Amino acid sequence: MRLTLNIWRQKSATEPGKMVKYDVPDVNEHMSFLEMLDVLNQRLIKQGAEPIVFEHDCREGICGCCGFMINGVPHGPQPGTTVCQLHMRHFKDGDELWLEPFRAAAFPVVKDLLIDRSAFDRIIAAGGYVSVNTGSPQDANSLPIQKKCADMSMDAAACIGCGACVAACPNASAMLFVSAKISHLGLLPQGQPERDRRALRMLAQLQDEAFGACTNYGECEAVCPKNIKLENIARMNHDYLKAALSYRDEASAGGAA
Amino acid sequence: MSFNLDARIPSGPLENKWDKAKFDFKLVNPSNKRKYNIICVGTGLAGGAAAASLGELGYNVKAFCYQDSPRRAHSIAAQGGINAAKNYQNDGDSIQRLFYDTIKGGDFRAREANVYRLAQVSVNIIDQCVAQGVPFAREYGGTLANRSFGGAQVSRTFYARGQTGQQLLLGAYQALERQIDAGTVKMYSRHEMLDLIVIDGRARGIVVRDMVSGQLDVHIADAVILATGGYGNVFYLSTNAKGCNTTAIWRAYKKGAGFANPCFTQIHPTCIPVSGDYQSKLTLMSESLRNDGRIWVPLKVGDKRTPDQIPEAERDYYLERMYPAYGNLAPRDISSRAAKRVCDEGRGVGTSGRGVYLDFSESIGRLGRGAIEQRYGNLFEMYERITGEDPYKAPMRIYPASHYTMGGLWVDYHLQSTIPGLFVLGEANFSDHGANRLGASALMQGLADGYFVIPFTMGDYLARVKPGGVDENHPECVAAKRDVEERTKIFLGINGKKTVDDFHRELGLVVWEECGMGRNAKGLDEALKRIPEIREEFWQNVKVPGTGNELNQELEKVGRVADFLELGELLVRDARVREESCGAHFREEYQTPEGEALRDDQNFCHTAVWEYAGENKEPVLNKEELTFDNVHLQQRNYK
Repeated sequence: MRLTLNIWRQKSATEPGKMVKYDVPDVNEHMSFLEMLDVLNQRLIKQGAEPIVFEHDCREGICGCCGFMINGVPHGPQPGTTVCQLHMRHFKDGDELWLEPFRAAAFPVVKDLLIDRSAFDRIIAAGGYVSVNTGSPQDANSLPIQKKCADMSMDAAACIGCGACVAACPNASAMLFVSAKISHLGLLPQGQPERDRRALRMLAQLQDEAFGACTNYGECEAVCPKNIKLENIARMNHDYLKAALSYRDEASAGGAA
Repeated sequence: MSFNLDARIPSGPLENKWDKAKFDFKLVNPSNKRKYNIICVGTGLAGGAAAASLGELGYNVKAFCYQDSPRRAHSIAAQGGINAAKNYQNDGDSIQRLFYDTIKGGDFRAREANVYRLAQVSVNIIDQCVAQGVPFAREYGGTLANRSFGGAQVSRTFYARGQTGQQLLLGAYQALERQIDAGTVKMYSRHEMLDLIVIDGRARGIVVRDMVSGQLDVHIADAVILATGGYGNVFYLSTNAKGCNTTAIWRAYKKGAGFANPCFTQIHPTCIPVSGDYQSKLTLMSESLRNDGRIWVPLKVGDKRTPDQIPEAERDYYLERMYPAYGNLAPRDISSRAAKRVCDEGRGVGTSGRGVYLDFSESIGRLGRGAIEQRYGNLFEMYERITGEDPYKAPMRIYPASHYTMGGLWVDYHLQSTIPGLFVLGEANFSDHGANRLGASALMQGLADGYFVIPFTMGDYLARVKPGGVDENHPECVAAKRDVEERTKIFLGINGKKTVDDFHRELGLVVWEECGMGRNAKGLDEALKRIPEIREEFWQNVKVPGTGNELNQELEKVGRVADFLELGELLVRDARVREESCGAHFREEYQTPEGEALRDDQNFCHTAVWEYAGENKEPVLNKEELTFDNVHLQQRNYK
């Protein structure tokens, strides 16, 4: 099949970008979307042009590197699918597509379709963990965990940190991403001791980055390639509210060493 | 010059060696730890776990990765599970059995003491990961669930759906981010290591390129850890991520680190077959599928009927037929070769004829679709997304693909390479899997190295050296940086007619054809002729657009492919001189009458350790003899 692509080209973070039109005459339905771009890039290089920069690595939908907008939808039209797993059989001959980077103030464009998502790392660093040093914890089976809790925790932990939720949100909110981590740990007994502190710190960091607030559009859930649910945001809000009302830091509680 | 290959294995009985070593290690006083700087390259399971654990101990750690975040490392793609000798299932597992299965699975080409330690610390890994909040699969009673994997007759594999690697890596990543927050680890994402700096015989630093600005920088430390993964992308098509490369370990090799057993490369039996020449990578379908899927091909050559039209009596469940004791859970090397054999006979399926069926209809009938969905739902979805076929209705088509490399930089019991102060962890080293890795053992080894071995052995090394003493202006640092600058200039100046991918594909095809699942002297000699030709053309005719002072993905690739073009030759050379078959290394000249690998323990019971001898000089082969005091060498039998 033959496609027309309009692709956002931007040389660097400080230079303005623009849409450039490309004709791709040799698309095979079994190619992945990124393989289709590979073929285009190989041709551009041979013509002496600059290939299109996009982020990718595992190409199995798990590393979270890839992602851009296809006709205004993060990762394109196929539900529950990252763009590396999107195959061309979902398009038809003659289609015209618009490819743009994820747009959010907290995700500055680095080049073409590639963005800077380091804000996500900083949010995790602000408490998205259980504070346990490497050592000799108790036997793994000494604390039974309800299967349902483990399964729900796993549902939330499946987040790949791609940023599609932010790109889809009219507020560029990262609440689905943050709430997925808060749910993953908060649903397990190991996550309880730091549950309040985690909610307060991660959300404070979220505010320091340039993400917007959640106003329950639900666009994030609709585009999430891993089907992370909105219920996580409800759980996060619950944790945050409870922590905001009851949390005392260590010194004022008198328990610090 | 030749290597000192003293593995520094502690004396005493196998079971006590690691305890003895830990007691004999020198220690660094807690208040002195912050005076030491450690560089850790790679943030997968091994590197992430190491950087976090060393940060927790109080060392100053700098961690580097080429991705935009440490959470992206390719460990994340591991699907099926992680082995541990917990014996929670009461089915006869033990440290001794995991040790034995791993040694046997590796076809008796791994070091006993290392493997035993791996089995010992496997139980700590599960405890540690659960404490971090890794959501492993559980039974209704709340205890941890297990599944079976190839090469074992017990259920010792812990898993988190089909995303075990992801969950374990997120555990390590979160521990790492906690240390970044605490200020003990400084993280450099989008930084690629392009050379190793060796000063007075010790590894003291690295040259890195900032992949956004293109700037080259030198980082100095008291010790360097490489946890940069394997070199499976030498085949171009593999299950590795596109960015996985050999550059870090290859640069170290050229600075004096021994490269061990490069020809031990694992071809995974269950991957989605190649569909066209635009193919950029291959996707694994977890080995865990073989718990419930049955592998078959038509009995008749050239049978083109659809699978539902082929009656039971005209199907050949060849693994069950050939290896009744292990059946569809025969080890990876054996299963891959069996698939190749039936396809070579003309019984392969799919348009290319390079494929076999992995069929779930029997287990769906027995357990119901729901049970299968619960176990493998995400894998079935992935298969459908890629192929457009529904594996609940028609059997999957699979074929072997390059997946893992058992070979890597040689390390001793302390995980130190032949360069003092250079430690190598995880898939990047050669240590524990011999000539074939068992399923669910890569995650185990990566985390064992990172969480439970390096924190001890690194302390012992640092306690014997003074911190600091060199800086970025040292002549070796200046020279290393200049070499990288010059190499970059050359790449950008060639301005030829072929792309980097053209050369990578060409190399991959030669290595796959001549040094893949089956190898013979004639083909290997041919490859030894072809690879230098491709390399020569590459340096004359490769085209790299853009400049060095910007984000330039083609420039990133060209350096990696240049190194693959050298490593590929070493891989083939190693396969040529190892005139026996063992594990994944199958020399067609050396096989039993039944077509199984025929080892030659008289002449090849050793680790081949290659030493760089200079540009255009043949590398020197060193040998570390393997001794087996605790297991009896025998021909592997999975029948």
